[in-house]
Amino acid sequence: MTDTRISLTTKGGGVRADRLFRFSALAAGLLVLAILALILVTTSREAWPVFADEGLSFLTSKTWDPASNEFGALAFVYGTVIVSLISLLIAVPVSLGIALFLTELAPRRLRAPAVTVIDLLAAIPSVVFGLWGILVVAPALYKLYQALHDTLGGVPVIGSLFGTPVGGGRSFMTAGIILAIMIIPIITSISREVFATVPSSDKQAAYALGATRWEMIKGAVFPHSFGGLVGAVMLGLGRAMGETIAVALTIGAATQITPNLFAGGNAMPSVIVLEFSESTGEWTAALIGLGVFLFVITVLVNVLARLVVNRAEIRMKGAVA
Amino acid sequence: MNRNVLSGRVLVGVAVAALALAGCGDNNNTPGGGGTTAAGNEFASLSGTLKASGASFPNTYYQEVITELKTVAPGLTVNYNSIGSSAGKKEFGQGLTDFAGTDSTVKDTDGVAMDSFLYVPTVAAPITVSYNLSGVTDLQLSPDTLAKIFQTDIKNWNDPAIAADNPGKTLPNKAITVAHRSDGSGTTNNFTKFLVAAAPSWTLKSGDTVAWPASTTGGAKNTGVAQIVKQADGGIGYIDLSDAKDSGLSFAKIKNKDGQFVAPTLEGATAALAGATLKDDMTYDPLNAAGAQSYPITAPTYILVKKSYGDAAKAALVKGFVKYLLTEGKTLAAEVSFAVLPDSIQQKALAQLDKITG
Repeated sequence: MTDTRISLTTKGGGVRADRLFRFSALAAGLLVLAILALILVTTSREAWPVFADEGLSFLTSKTWDPASNEFGALAFVYGTVIVSLISLLIAVPVSLGIALFLTELAPRRLRAPAVTVIDLLAAIPSVVFGLWGILVVAPALYKLYQALHDTLGGVPVIGSLFGTPVGGGRSFMTAGIILAIMIIPIITSISREVFATVPSSDKQAAYALGATRWEMIKGAVFPHSFGGLVGAVMLGLGRAMGETIAVALTIGAATQITPNLFAGGNAMPSVIVLEFSESTGEWTAALIGLGVFLFVITVLVNVLARLVVNRAEIRMKGAVA
Repeated sequence: MNRNVLSGRVLVGVAVAALALAGCGDNNNTPGGGGTTAAGNEFASLSGTLKASGASFPNTYYQEVITELKTVAPGLTVNYNSIGSSAGKKEFGQGLTDFAGTDSTVKDTDGVAMDSFLYVPTVAAPITVSYNLSGVTDLQLSPDTLAKIFQTDIKNWNDPAIAADNPGKTLPNKAITVAHRSDGSGTTNNFTKFLVAAAPSWTLKSGDTVAWPASTTGGAKNTGVAQIVKQADGGIGYIDLSDAKDSGLSFAKIKNKDGQFVAPTLEGATAALAGATLKDDMTYDPLNAAGAQSYPITAPTYILVKKSYGDAAKAALVKGFVKYLLTEGKTLAAEVSFAVLPDSIQQKALAQLDKITG
């Protein structure tokens, strides 16, 4: 690493440029934090009337009735959680499958086009997914929901998950499926990167011990990439929780807490986007309050994801790539 | 490689944007023609820019008028953003816009100083109760039955209450799918206000959003509701007339105050306006209005203008635009399914403009 060109810069100038760089980089970093803090402060202040008026029942009540000025967010928190869970349950296995296929199985000339196609999926605007959801997916799924309800609806315990489908098919399930398709590219591309960091010496060692391909993946790839995969899933979850318009279109806009996955519901971001423009007074405050709440949850999920990823990186240090 | 991905994304983005634009174009289909106005009239000299925002309900009509006025007064630019009544009132109160469109009257929480503005009623339109029920035409509903359907007290089309409104018709044994607006909307507000006024059994109150029963389903905007009704055999929803017409759905006849079942038409709406009582501030409530011809779910809409602009040129522009909207512009209303004001109200609305001091 001997670079002779370094002597071309005068010593004093180099130090000054270095300080300037350090300062501007620090400022840029702090700016992000400042913006985050300001968002939290302003939104909390705007939402204060509803926090003051509803108190804890803003989080624990499931009654959301702007006509009588009653605001409880629980049904929307429930909707956000359920829809995110459904989307993760579908997206994680599929994404890991795609990523493993691309890193371990796919012929080399297939990899580049496949990656491009998956990246294109990420480039489709969410409103297009939403429109596709209500025009094509929901009506088609409605028939499937009815069939599932007819066959599984009577089974004890799990039968309650497959209750009477809402007319038209806009439900938790439909929103979850659309979301799953939207987060597959995110989880896929991150887990692909993670799988690519597995040292080929580890893989060769597994093969040398007589492992089949699946045993090699199970014994060498997964343990090495566990932390990174958790990070990938968390980022997908963050996207799923914050997704607005696609969910708003497909979830059906009902305020309820029910185990029935085929019933309509609502999620925090979609309530905000649907009701904000016509809201006034405490209603507006309540919607901003939902935003504060969502903001806090999303930050927590992202921090958690960061922590997991960092720990995984520390563990992987020292491994020869 | 990276560059390829990027250009791919850009391409998709462009294609999607183009599609979206094409979609918008279809939606705002400008019915050709329009009143050809005599050249050199009083509006030709208007020149300047007006900013406005508010209700989305009359947006189609306002845009139509703005486009037509442009051919008369090429120097005048009017920007009307349909961002919703509440947001429009807020912007107007903050002085960001020169006038606002609103479907609802101003409340003290809206952020507009109470003595600073005047209401000018512009047009009205019927809100249809559209349904999709194979084999059933000319459905008739009384307000009470309507309320029970939307409250899901009535769950099936062969319910005795519906049968009582439709003597001699065979109604299928089919579940009712109730569709409502998922977004906060003046249309929901007017529809529920009508139910509050006309149906004793209605318990959900009125508002831009109400606590709909969980088994109903929500669609975004009028077109979203229309689309749900269209997809579900047995569907019913409330949709404004122009969107309902585009969707090709059937409309129920609603029983009015005089006991007549009336279909949603522009004539029915104008009759409802004539039957409504005008308050001193020029607001009026045509919902459940008297009169045998009145269609009972008729929604009004207003423009809010400032009493004083502190700028004579600006005041003249606002006056000119609103006057055009109320006089020559009204020939365009029927094409986009809006009902014009009866002459008596129109004269009073024009008189409001004289109260603008400058």
